Amino acid sequence: MTLPAGTDAVRQSLASFRQEREADWKAFEALLARVEKRAPRALSEDELLSLPLLYRSALSSLSVARATSLDSALIAYLEALCLRGYFYLYGARRSLRTRIGDFFLRDWPAAIRDLWREVWTSVALTVTGAIAGYWLVASDKRWYDAIIAPSLAGGRNPDSSTEMLRSVLYGGGDHLLSGFAAYLFTHNTQVSILAFALGFAFAVPSVLIILMNGCMLGALFQVYAAKGLGFELGGWLSIHGTTELFAIAIAGAAGMRIGTSIAFPGELTRMAAAARAGRVAATAMVGVTVMLLLAGLLEGIGRQTITSDVARYSIGGGMLALWISYFYLLRMVRHGDG
Amino acid sequence: MATARNPAALIRPLVTPEGVDLRLKLADAGTRASGFLLDVVIVITAAVVVSLVAIFGLGGLGVKDAEPLFIVWIIFIFLLRNVYFIAFEAGRRAATPGKRMVGVRVASRSGAGLTLDQVIARNLMREIEIFLPLSILAARGSAGVADTLSTIFGLVWALLFSLFPLFNRDRLRIGDLLAGTWVVEAPKVALVEDLSLRKDPIAARFQFSAAQLDAYGIAELHKLEEVLRRDDYFAMKAVAETIGRKIGAKIDSVDSKAFLTAYYGELRAHLERKLLLGNRKADKHAR
Repeated sequence: MTLPAGTDAVRQSLASFRQEREADWKAFEALLARVEKRAPRALSEDELLSLPLLYRSALSSLSVARATSLDSALIAYLEALCLRGYFYLYGARRSLRTRIGDFFLRDWPAAIRDLWREVWTSVALTVTGAIAGYWLVASDKRWYDAIIAPSLAGGRNPDSSTEMLRSVLYGGGDHLLSGFAAYLFTHNTQVSILAFALGFAFAVPSVLIILMNGCMLGALFQVYAAKGLGFELGGWLSIHGTTELFAIAIAGAAGMRIGTSIAFPGELTRMAAAARAGRVAATAMVGVTVMLLLAGLLEGIGRQTITSDVARYSIGGGMLALWISYFYLLRMVRHGDG
Repeated sequence: MATARNPAALIRPLVTPEGVDLRLKLADAGTRASGFLLDVVIVITAAVVVSLVAIFGLGGLGVKDAEPLFIVWIIFIFLLRNVYFIAFEAGRRAATPGKRMVGVRVASRSGAGLTLDQVIARNLMREIEIFLPLSILAARGSAGVADTLSTIFGLVWALLFSLFPLFNRDRLRIGDLLAGTWVVEAPKVALVEDLSLRKDPIAARFQFSAAQLDAYGIAELHKLEEVLRRDDYFAMKAVAETIGRKIGAKIDSVDSKAFLTAYYGELRAHLERKLLLGNRKADKHAR
């Protein structure tokens, strides 16, 4: 029994395969480690040009190794290296500035336009909720505590005196209120995220959250209207409220879109319909956060310093007009790479 | 679970434009859970540290001056919870620190680049998967109204969503499903030495016949490679005895490692030669 000739030759050629290419693999690995940590600007022009070449050479090494070598550690190394390279080179990442520019000029208004049916349904639901809330509290004031959590009411309830209610409306630069505004911002954003995320359950929870939000509005309104302060409350609310309520309505609309496209996927598979709706809705949600932040700023700065009803109404109305024209009238025509 | 029994069930094809299949490996549920727990620990630690600093700031400055600090604190805690995951996953490595530690990353199911809206969609859904049921439970518990029914409802809800990855083939959570993403293994693997180039003076003494080398196939070769790389004396002794019995060779137990190194080198060269000639001998049962 003798060994078949050639095992040594095979061993030699595979050893030299690794020896000859190892330097390239190491160079590729080092370059990847650098570009993953810092921006591609950190590389020189030569290094940048060598990146795709090294990637392809690693891929071809992987193919050769899979076909001829039985060293599983080597193959695992090359697979991991190629995967890292693939994710980096085909990640098609744009710079942060173009991403942000695209978002504000194109993606955000387009997402809202795409959601137009859900958005107006959501606005209608808010109005319905508000009427229901007003009517409930008008019929029995105990409903108020059931609708508005005491932590959100800020001491306002049906038993408050007219002076107390008025002082909240025209309170001026009270330090505590700015903390309260920040709390309201996080609360509102949380409500919006819930209205969005819960839409997954066939849109039912989103509808309920939006209705409930309208209810709270109506209940608060009734308390003030009963004391003859309805017009003043409208001004106090509208300075930031038009932005804020519109944002919450959009969040509900995003949730409804997800729920309805899971329930009625149309020609797509349920998974594909969900993935498509999810991406439109997520873009809308980033917009919602921006709107709520703006509403928080208006609330924190504008509401306490601007005490004239007319100015409040005009700022609130102006913001609403601004949002509607931004979403529905601004259509950027872009040429070239889209 | 298919995960533990059959690792091949988690491999998905990913053909690059160059025509090479990179065989994407999906992260299993345990890895993802540990990655998430690491992230939670990081977020909570950061929140506690910042809160402590904020409290001492309040104490040092007096409540009136600390007002802006309080606002910053509220917004910071909010950002920490909502933006931590999004910012890290939208970054170059598409992974939070926790995911990076366990060697996984987020990728688009289509194979194209991961976009920002996908990252946002998958992370906002975490709100109903984890945080909502927990906060319901916490609120109920602190108010002292945690009746059995609502507690059970909260727990079932939480489990339904957190265990969702176990109920589908691709290990998707709800957020992954909505965003069109999945979580794949992307470990950093170091290039290690080639075992068949190992020079061992005792190993040179062993010679094997063609019949002895035909006893095993590629599957056994890879197991042998694993044992040699682990370098555990007792495992090597046991393996050397088994191989010795099978191929009819007598080995002293002190020489186990040298024997295995020699047999590994010869067996690999033998099988690689067959491979070049077009015969991939998968295991010992193949001819």
